Amino acid sequence: MAKITFDGIEVEVPDGTTILNAARQIGGSIVPPAMCYYTPLKGSGGKCRACLVRVAAGSAKDPRPMPKLVASCVTPVQDGMIVENTTNPQVLDVRKGIVEMLLINHPLDCPVCDQAGECDLQNFAFEHGVSTTRYQEERRTFEKIDIGPLIQLHMTRCILCYRCVYTADQIVKGDRNHGVLGRGDAAEIGTYIENIIDDDFSGNVIDVCPVGALTDKTFRFKSRVWFTKPVNAHRDCPKCSGNVVLWYKGNDVLRTTARKDQYGEVKEWICNECRFEKKETSDWTIEGPAHIDRSSVISANHYELPVLNQSVVADLPASTQRELEKNPPLKLGN
Amino acid sequence: MGRKLLTEHINVEGIDTLEVYRKHGGYRSVEKALKTMTPDEVVEEVKKSGLRGRGGAGFPTGMKWSFLAKPEGVPRYLVCNADESEPGTFKDRQLMSKLPHLLIEGMITGSYALGANTSYIYIRGELLYVLRILEKAIAEAYAAGFLGKNILGSGYDLDLFVHPGGGAYICGEETALLESLEGKRGNPRNKPPFPAVQGLYARPTVVNNVESIAAVPVIVNEGGDEYAKIGVGRSTGTKLISACGHLNKPGIYEIELGLPVEEFIYSDEYCGGIWKGRELKAVVAGGSSVPILPKELILKTAAGENRLMTYESLSDGGFVTGTMLGSGGFIAMDETTCIVRNTWNFSRFYHHESCGQCSPCREGTGWMEKVLHRLEHGHGHMEDIDLLVSVAKQIEGNTICPLGEAAAWPVAAAVRHFRHEFEWHVTHAKEAAQPGAVYRANGVLV
Repeated sequence: MAKITFDGIEVEVPDGTTILNAARQIGGSIVPPAMCYYTPLKGSGGKCRACLVRVAAGSAKDPRPMPKLVASCVTPVQDGMIVENTTNPQVLDVRKGIVEMLLINHPLDCPVCDQAGECDLQNFAFEHGVSTTRYQEERRTFEKIDIGPLIQLHMTRCILCYRCVYTADQIVKGDRNHGVLGRGDAAEIGTYIENIIDDDFSGNVIDVCPVGALTDKTFRFKSRVWFTKPVNAHRDCPKCSGNVVLWYKGNDVLRTTARKDQYGEVKEWICNECRFEKKETSDWTIEGPAHIDRSSVISANHYELPVLNQSVVADLPASTQRELEKNPPLKLGN
Repeated sequence: MGRKLLTEHINVEGIDTLEVYRKHGGYRSVEKALKTMTPDEVVEEVKKSGLRGRGGAGFPTGMKWSFLAKPEGVPRYLVCNADESEPGTFKDRQLMSKLPHLLIEGMITGSYALGANTSYIYIRGELLYVLRILEKAIAEAYAAGFLGKNILGSGYDLDLFVHPGGGAYICGEETALLESLEGKRGNPRNKPPFPAVQGLYARPTVVNNVESIAAVPVIVNEGGDEYAKIGVGRSTGTKLISACGHLNKPGIYEIELGLPVEEFIYSDEYCGGIWKGRELKAVVAGGSSVPILPKELILKTAAGENRLMTYESLSDGGFVTGTMLGSGGFIAMDETTCIVRNTWNFSRFYHHESCGQCSPCREGTGWMEKVLHRLEHGHGHMEDIDLLVSVAKQIEGNTICPLGEAAAWPVAAAVRHFRHEFEWHVTHAKEAAQPGAVYRANGVLV
């Protein structure tokens, strides 16, 4: 076990844990943002530089500070390490610069982008960026590419986090035909001669994409995500766990995604049949509304009924509480 | 005249053959090391020599070797970084093509010191003809029993392979090189773990520059203490400098570290002064990635002392008034050189060569290039100059590998020392955009 101090808070984690994951054990606003790191994908991280932190003391044995800011998602903790994130103005300044770098070639077409509202880049820019740009040059653009009949790749929006590449490499079985072509700012996610990824799990690349570069063609332009209501559901699926989130608009299932944790990471990979084909409520057993972080725009229209939550319910009058118990709000959809 | 440790016999007819090379004392270090020394003794000699990495960073080679992890039963590797592609640097190419056996000898002695039984020379893809020279030399070494099983009856085995890269500058970064050597896309790795612990095929690996490895035979033959006598302070031994630009005698010079920069540029023994009788304007002392310095600062330090060709003297004053010895790519520019255009040219290179893995470098190198292009072609604004400095600062230190810094330093330094030229490009945009236009103190075109 290693004990580290992160922004003045002590936390003890197993050896080999990364600084980012140690911070996630503390939770809250001190957790560094991550645009490319993805816990379920081996080898991911270190690329976007959004999670850079300062190590003020390397370890108890060698308390020298690290000379440069380090990527917290790939740097393992050492016992006695002291890390500064939100407490260090230099870190926040650099993060502002990273936002700017990620945005200069981003089309900022959020008004027509399906990812808007659940976009990591939007959140990142909103929380850490500035509202003006110093970039006057022409932005980089690419043609849209169809990756099979169900997924569309729009490289113009891509921030080259490599998450989909790792997904194609580790989750999707068969030939690896989804890599990165070109280099520098001309690098693009390629599928080599626009090959179809016709694996049962290829749809997961949509879920891992932090921006709107990989989108679900069955959902494109159907609705803004904040007008849809996420509902947890499951079915007996021979290929995957069958645990999904259905996104409803009225009585229609507009799309299906995997369940994600509070850092936007997929808990269980789902298969393409669950994702693209089962779009009827009757295909599914409904569990109840999916919890969405309250800071998200998706929860802005309060679709989420008061869930049985200790701190909220305790203050309610006894009569209301009885009503709630008789008629639990978790019964949505069936 | 300084001593020539590496290039003494470089012009001997047929020195690229084993026979002639042996006649001039070749492979003595292999015999000495394998027959009379333990591997640790070889490492100790290299440590004593004070040899510092000749690829650019100047990290002490002996210390790097002693950091190599040595777990039981796990193979280790020595990899030679021959992916020389920094603009202005062309010393390794010459060394390998003229003296292939010197590198091979260094690889054998070095591999023995590190306990590596397989070693690689990763050579830049464009240098195909050098690859052929090396392969021919390696075949000769195998035939003579210097490579293969049971070398010289010592019981030590070594296989040596030459592997050509695909021509990407980024593969000269040690972890990108290892990725490329493994057959993957040449993207630099996140560190830690460092190659000394997890390098090639996740095994302990040492990556050294060609010139560093070529210095090993000399150190073993003459002894580390003898080698350390050459040079000044912590800059010991000799260094190959590839001088280019507006010089009377550009070329590759082996110098003893500690030679004054002024002597190197102006003495007839070395570069012979600036061509066409012109004035020196600026020097990039260690390959295109190190900060550019104006004439006054390259000849004398800010404190008024003579600038010497050593790691310490060239970096005297930090990046405010100093630069770096780097890889020894010495680029001299005369008074007709437009610094803005030159900076744009460097920037274009780094934009082209960024691997695109991490965001500050991928986006920042392109941004700087576009702004510099605008300035050079007469479409710049005054704010652009500070913008360049700011973008360079946003890249520097925040990237996975040093390519980000290599791209940021020359831009930041050019603005630091030649801001008036950038401003002139804005105020006299039309004149400045003409081909060959150069800023002059009185504003007159050349």
